[in-house]
Amino acid sequence: MSVLTGSFNAGDHSVTDAARRRRFGPMYSRNVRAVVARGLMATKSSNWMVMVSGFFEPVLYLISMGVGLGAIVGSVQGPGGQEISYAAYIAPALLAVSAMNGAVYDSTWNVFFKMNFAKLYQGMLYTSLGPLDVAMGEIFLALLRGFLYATGFTAVMGVMGLITTPWAILMIPASVLIAFGFASFGMGVTSFMKTFQQMDWINFVMLPMFLFSATFYPLSVYPQYIQWLIQAMPLWHGVELLRQISVGVFTPATAVHVGYYLVMIALGVTLTTGRLRRLFLT
Amino acid sequence: MVRVSELVSKESPVSSPSDAAPQYVITAENLTKRYGDVTAVDGISFRVPAGEAFGLLGPNGAGKSTTMKMIGGVSQRTSGSLSIMGLDPEQHGPEVRAHLGVVPQQDNLDEELKVRDNLLVYGRYFGLPMSYLRRKADELLEFAQLTDKANAKVDALSGGMKRRLTIARSLINEPRILLLDEPTTGLDPQARHILWDRLFRLKEQGVTLILTTHYMDEAEQLCDRLIVVDKGKIMAEGSPASLIRDYSTREVLELRFGSDRNASVGAELEGIGERLETLPDRVLIYAHDGEAALEQVTARGLRPVTSLVRRSSLEDVFLRLTGRSLVD
Repeated sequence: MSVLTGSFNAGDHSVTDAARRRRFGPMYSRNVRAVVARGLMATKSSNWMVMVSGFFEPVLYLISMGVGLGAIVGSVQGPGGQEISYAAYIAPALLAVSAMNGAVYDSTWNVFFKMNFAKLYQGMLYTSLGPLDVAMGEIFLALLRGFLYATGFTAVMGVMGLITTPWAILMIPASVLIAFGFASFGMGVTSFMKTFQQMDWINFVMLPMFLFSATFYPLSVYPQYIQWLIQAMPLWHGVELLRQISVGVFTPATAVHVGYYLVMIALGVTLTTGRLRRLFLT
Repeated sequence: MVRVSELVSKESPVSSPSDAAPQYVITAENLTKRYGDVTAVDGISFRVPAGEAFGLLGPNGAGKSTTMKMIGGVSQRTSGSLSIMGLDPEQHGPEVRAHLGVVPQQDNLDEELKVRDNLLVYGRYFGLPMSYLRRKADELLEFAQLTDKANAKVDALSGGMKRRLTIARSLINEPRILLLDEPTTGLDPQARHILWDRLFRLKEQGVTLILTTHYMDEAEQLCDRLIVVDKGKIMAEGSPASLIRDYSTREVLELRFGSDRNASVGAELEGIGERLETLPDRVLIYAHDGEAALEQVTARGLRPVTSLVRRSSLEDVFLRLTGRSLVD
């Protein structure tokens, strides 16, 4: 049937009518997959180089610090008290950092551009998508990327002989959990940003977090109050969680680390959805 | 027509036994929107029956776009009531928008996707299946005369092509109501005429068109009925012809005496025609017979640099109602 000959009876428009008869919420139309499909289609044509470079960054750190610096440091004490190589000590930490970086890049710079320049969300929210569909779709894309990085990095660890227990495979879903926390929160924070200068503040927070969250040496080197500060930061929980998993040592602290991220995700999704609603639907 | 009658506004007189009774797809009562101290839309009320081409005519800043955003449920009203297909767009945003096609003032095409993919992806946002979308996308590319650009990048398109693609995109879900915010602003005359032709065809299919414009010719060409809006208020309502009949004369005589003379010549033209309007660049004499008025002007020994007799337009209606021109 041509667009030029439509008449409004139910038979001719069964497909579009069916789409209108779905159940809708005020914020959500159960259609996250459409946002995800759009992201994949766009990535296919443009973002390849950025994605690949994001994978190599932690690998290069692992080789330079783990192998190079590791030759001087020798072996260190792992989470269970056992002796492990310095490379095996920092590898899970770098994996946590890569999960954070991938998620934050996707949910901040990418989102900032789509929000302020491409007007992408404005277009999406003029369809039957709700803000929750958009937020969840964008966060899912960040997670997909975090998942790919984590899988690749875990494989590199395996090749370098840094994996000693089957538990280590759980580092992949744990990395996705870490990425989820950062992506959901990052997108919410980005919604407050108006200029590129403000976006630089994100790097200003991320870099110290990367350097000081017990990534390259244990937390015990710090005085007590600095330890508390770092333990309040999300990356430390990610580093500790992955480090425990990498050697298969689990303690009550493991549950605290996981719980920290679950709370972060809940807050982040609520914040992001609320902000999208405020920005585009008021 | 069964589905439409199920979906129309509760306020519409569907209980009436007469088939001729209008079924309103949009009902706005005292619609108001304030941003802080600024009142963008100030208590406007209107109803739009299914299948009508309804225009909002007014200058920039009159509150047209804000009204459109409230209809689309992407802007929350401050007070008043609004019903689209019987639903409140604030409470049922995604559901209301499932019935709408939206052409925003500025194209917001997805620059990261190709032309045809823009249509497919947009259709996915409405939850439509790919089997339907592939066929529909090809039809709409044909309709928008963009078939040979199907695999082009969006930024390779001209302004007119982008606009047509935006309109094609807005039709992907076979909307009952099409919202067009300044659809031809920034287009060259040929591109405008192609677009008008496409909109006419949609109207013939029974799509309700809601259109904002500050071009009087566009409003006259496309609208069955329109409201003239200024500073958030409705100044007048009616068909283009009835508005011109009610607020202007049949013809207008435009005289130019040179920019320093236009203001002072007013007194000498007193009594000619029904009404006189002095603008910085010209003097307008509203008269039933423009040629006769021109004869009277020359009989008084006045020699305008140029003179032009034309039919009254909505521009004159707006000038009469607000004392200002539409396009600043």
